[in-house]
Amino acid sequence: MVNEKPANCELVWREISNYLEGEVDAGLRTAMDEHFRTCARCRSVLEGTRNVMQLYGDERMIEAPSGYGRRLERRLAQNLRGPSRSWSAWSAWLVPLAALLLITGGVRIASSRTVAHPLLSEHAQPAHGIPSDLVVVVSADAKEFHVRGCEFIHNKEKERTLTAKEAVEQGYVPCVRCMRKYLQTASAGHTALELEAASQLDIEDVGLGGGE
Amino acid sequence: MAEANVVLNNAMEGTSREQELIARVQGGENELFYELVRPYERRVYAAALAILRHEADAEEVAQEAVLKALRGIRQFRAEARFSTWLIQITVNEALMRRRRERSGMMEGIDDQRDEDGQYTRRDFADWREIPSEALERKEVRQKLARALASLDRKYREVFVLRDMEQLNIQETAEALGISVASVKTRLLRARLMLRDLLAGGWEQGWFSRLPFEKGTKPW
Repeated sequence: MVNEKPANCELVWREISNYLEGEVDAGLRTAMDEHFRTCARCRSVLEGTRNVMQLYGDERMIEAPSGYGRRLERRLAQNLRGPSRSWSAWSAWLVPLAALLLITGGVRIASSRTVAHPLLSEHAQPAHGIPSDLVVVVSADAKEFHVRGCEFIHNKEKERTLTAKEAVEQGYVPCVRCMRKYLQTASAGHTALELEAASQLDIEDVGLGGGE
Repeated sequence: MAEANVVLNNAMEGTSREQELIARVQGGENELFYELVRPYERRVYAAALAILRHEADAEEVAQEAVLKALRGIRQFRAEARFSTWLIQITVNEALMRRRRERSGMMEGIDDQRDEDGQYTRRDFADWREIPSEALERKEVRQKLARALASLDRKYREVFVLRDMEQLNIQETAEALGISVASVKTRLLRARLMLRDLLAGGWEQGWFSRLPFEKGTKPW
């Protein structure tokens, strides 16, 4: 059905999204076109809305944290290497596995050559033996980095994800609480798990690929 | 014209490569799955982030969604777009995560409010076009992202799926489990609200005064 009523501002605002989607009938489109010719305010709304759609539709607006692609690839690879283990069991164990690695091996990433910032906490010890691409979280105004899910993360609303290497380079120090917690878990008889974790993950000092 | 043909050929080659990868992964070559997912990995993350608004959770859900897609690859049918299928799995994972982590009481009540299709009249600030070249600047992208993050979640989710992930209206409705009419109404509001937010910021000169002064809050 063709709508031949003249368009007023209220109608134009209600239909502007459909208009831009090409989802208004020919009559309404003509009426709206006519309205845009004479109403500067609605024309401004149209141009702004179209501009918003163009800007947010641009690929560059879709960003992911540094190292995200590499971590995803690694996670897939880990799962492919462990087909006998059930998926749910894997996902349940990944955080503790990663945490165990904090303690059981890996490379030193806090050498004086790579630390770009002084430690944010002068009372803390620098990190040792942490896999450089381990996913950790930090939050605004805090000094420590944590394993994801650590209950001692302050200001969780402002949490951000980065690799352990980046955290160290930015001067963050390891949270002794979440590491201690996992150390206790490790000492409670998880040696086999620990060995398996070490065999599943490559422990290496990988470079930071910034442009993922 | 020649340029358009090159673009078209590249797109066709990309599509046939994708189809080949899907067939091979469905045939058991799971190690090729990352190659299949890679072009969409950022979109997967963005979809999860739109729903969860928490970077670490979004990344975790993105990983879970990709693993789930791998497990379900044999159910994928060629008539669907792989990217859409992947995004829909991600949205589903993110919504499940949110339901698990929150009581859902308040949100449930909020969700039941119907949209009436009206847009609150306000005095519109003049709009000056933000050229797409401006997206090269990280500060500009951050300002746009902040404006988006400030939207109420039901508007943000629809906007991200339709205007950023390029799902169509029907796919957006199915992914979120809402009606097509609701998608259209929320989309309208989201677009107008973003337009208002950015026009207001523009008037305060946020775009023309880069780099930003510390503490400046354009919105």
